[in-house]
Amino acid sequence: MRRSMLFLPGNTPRMLINGAFLGADAIIFDLEDAVAPAEKDAARILVRNTMRYMDLGGCEVIVRINSIDTGFWKADLDQILPEKPGLILLPKTGSAADVLEAGAYITELEDKLGFDRNTVGLMPLIETALGVENAYAIASASDRVAALFLGAEDLTADLRCQRTKAGREIEYARTRLVTAARAAGVDVYDTPFTDVNDDEGIEVDAALAKALGFTGKASISPRHVEAINRVFSPTQKEIDYAYEVMEAIRVAKEQGKGAIALYGKMIDAPIVARAEQTIAAAKEMGLGREEQV
Amino acid sequence: MSKLVSSLREAVALAGLRDGMTVSFHHHLRNGDYVLNMVMEEIARLGVKDLTVNASSLFDTHAPLADHIRNGVVTAIQTDYMAAGLGKEISRGLMAKPVQFRTHGGRPSAIADGTTPIDVAFIAAPSADPMGNCTGKFGKSACGSLGYAFPDAMYAKKVIVITDNLVPYPLQDWSIPEIYVDCVVQVEAIGDPKGIVSGTTRITRDPVGLVMASYAAKVIEHSGLLQDGFSFQTGAGGASLAAAGFLKDIMLAKNIQGSFGLGGITGYMVDMLQAGCFQSLLDVQCFDLKAVESIRTDPRHQEISALHYASPSMRSAVVDSLDVVILGATEIDTDFNVNVHTDSNGYIMGGSGGHSDTAAGAKLAMIIAPMSRARLPIVTDHVTCVSTPGKDIDVLVTQGGIAVNPKNAGLAARLKDAGLPIIGIHDLKAKAEAMTGAPKPLRKGARVVAEVVSRDGGILDQIYSVPEGQ
Repeated sequence: MRRSMLFLPGNTPRMLINGAFLGADAIIFDLEDAVAPAEKDAARILVRNTMRYMDLGGCEVIVRINSIDTGFWKADLDQILPEKPGLILLPKTGSAADVLEAGAYITELEDKLGFDRNTVGLMPLIETALGVENAYAIASASDRVAALFLGAEDLTADLRCQRTKAGREIEYARTRLVTAARAAGVDVYDTPFTDVNDDEGIEVDAALAKALGFTGKASISPRHVEAINRVFSPTQKEIDYAYEVMEAIRVAKEQGKGAIALYGKMIDAPIVARAEQTIAAAKEMGLGREEQV
Repeated sequence: MSKLVSSLREAVALAGLRDGMTVSFHHHLRNGDYVLNMVMEEIARLGVKDLTVNASSLFDTHAPLADHIRNGVVTAIQTDYMAAGLGKEISRGLMAKPVQFRTHGGRPSAIADGTTPIDVAFIAAPSADPMGNCTGKFGKSACGSLGYAFPDAMYAKKVIVITDNLVPYPLQDWSIPEIYVDCVVQVEAIGDPKGIVSGTTRITRDPVGLVMASYAAKVIEHSGLLQDGFSFQTGAGGASLAAAGFLKDIMLAKNIQGSFGLGGITGYMVDMLQAGCFQSLLDVQCFDLKAVESIRTDPRHQEISALHYASPSMRSAVVDSLDVVILGATEIDTDFNVNVHTDSNGYIMGGSGGHSDTAAGAKLAMIIAPMSRARLPIVTDHVTCVSTPGKDIDVLVTQGGIAVNPKNAGLAARLKDAGLPIIGIHDLKAKAEAMTGAPKPLRKGARVVAEVVSRDGGILDQIYSVPEGQ
């Protein structure tokens, strides 16, 4: 379950060791924008050692490496991959070729380390106009791609427009990414809301992302994590309804009925699929029910 | 008749100060205080020796006291708190006689019952009239409450008021009345306003602090104590203030009408009063300008003396009616004993203040502390110094989980049901040590440099000198 993903600078030991305590489902150790070129090597080692020696609880670790047009990305992967990160976040992914290039090197390392292939997933960070236009090709470029990730700050610079709180300027990119990711059968994560002091703004922005179909949302501030988790968690009402759907299906099967209705609405395959997703999420959050035997 | 004298020297002479006596001071001007240094300099010039200084707290601004100790002017110290500057010198063995640490409630209690009699009390007064009526609410050095000076005014053999804002008799809205005062001295300045109160106290923005604060507020929410009539005290540390901020939101959302907020008062407590979370604030000391403004203008914001705040020997004190207090710690051990006197190298850097008093009185005493500080885990097998006994501590909140004192099984179950991350204190220690490694045990010096006197007068612990190189 990745409702929230929290960026933590890869060169700040105190934040790295406390990452698991900040409430996020996943933490993104950042080797890219948060780290000055002269400190790349130190950050790499800090992040590697944090992953190797620290108990990060149930928190999934994602690492943002440097983009493949820099001289850093292979060295990043050399250090990080042996620690089996949950995902590699690949910045400035513009095309399927970028995915394949990074994927090929990861495969090489996996073979060298004796890992099964595709042990480490890729999450392309879409933050250029080219990336948005190529979103489906990127999402379906390789089995290694687990999700798409929208980065609105760099994207708006590339689009030559202002980044605003309301986010009209990224409406197209958001819907395009959700559509591309879902078409390719992968998850999709929304860009951080960058005003760390706006507690109401994050609720609105996260709710919008959820309404558009995003799986979860990233954050640059621990202060936003709780709101993101809340927005992307199923409500008790949704959980109860999901169990009612599954129960109605069970009863219908017992009685040999074909078509089923609940509260006057036909239950079809998409509704069942959604109910199953809701129950799976509820179980991960500890809100699920005991299995009925 | 006028009690006004022309100089500090004259006042000291009039008070009959002699070798071997005890002089007292207070910390309502905090790190901006000029009075203690000014008085001690005058006393040293007069050639008086072998004095005991009894001060409710000593801050870094009082560093010149070290020279008076070296020169034999001061040979004993009684205090409730000592900042790191002087603390380091004491820990290195500056004084022959151990410093006596008391609590904010224990100090006035010992003064009142004659255990630590005061010969001459020097009271810094932001406003006073020529007969000695005085207050901290007005004047260029306004500090708000004079809470810690009351017991000395009431019980010292001689009381000297020192002011930089002399007003015509009678001063309106006095705190300490003339009936206790022997003489009044006017000086140019009693303190530096920048050090007296901070402009604003700030909620932490540190993510780890915010996690702890959010847990702390949730512990209170699910403690069973958060209902109409609720009372609360918190310190001025960033995470404690943030906890108060979260608590305020919960109280407003649930429409809970509390009874009183207690303690050193910050602007955040004033906000809670104004938002309707409390019916009154009981204030022994103001921490910021907003609190000073509030105590001056809002009748619901009341000044109380240290005796009324926390004394264990009065018929009752406010701490006895307190529901929840949030406190800090430099270390806490697996028996929940708390150290607030020394740092992890054994150097004196604080003191109980109201820690033990509120922990003993409150129904729920909560410690907020990060799992580790400066590479050292916060939970130890045995604290370097027992400042507050573990029997009075109910809960430890860290970013890595919440440990509940086993004496409160019911509370632990309630918090667990509420979905809070409850963890055993031994597991929490192991978790912290997994991050930091287990520290080497401290080496103790040969000499006792300070004694911690419990609020009921017994010796709770002794602080040893710190050996060279530690």
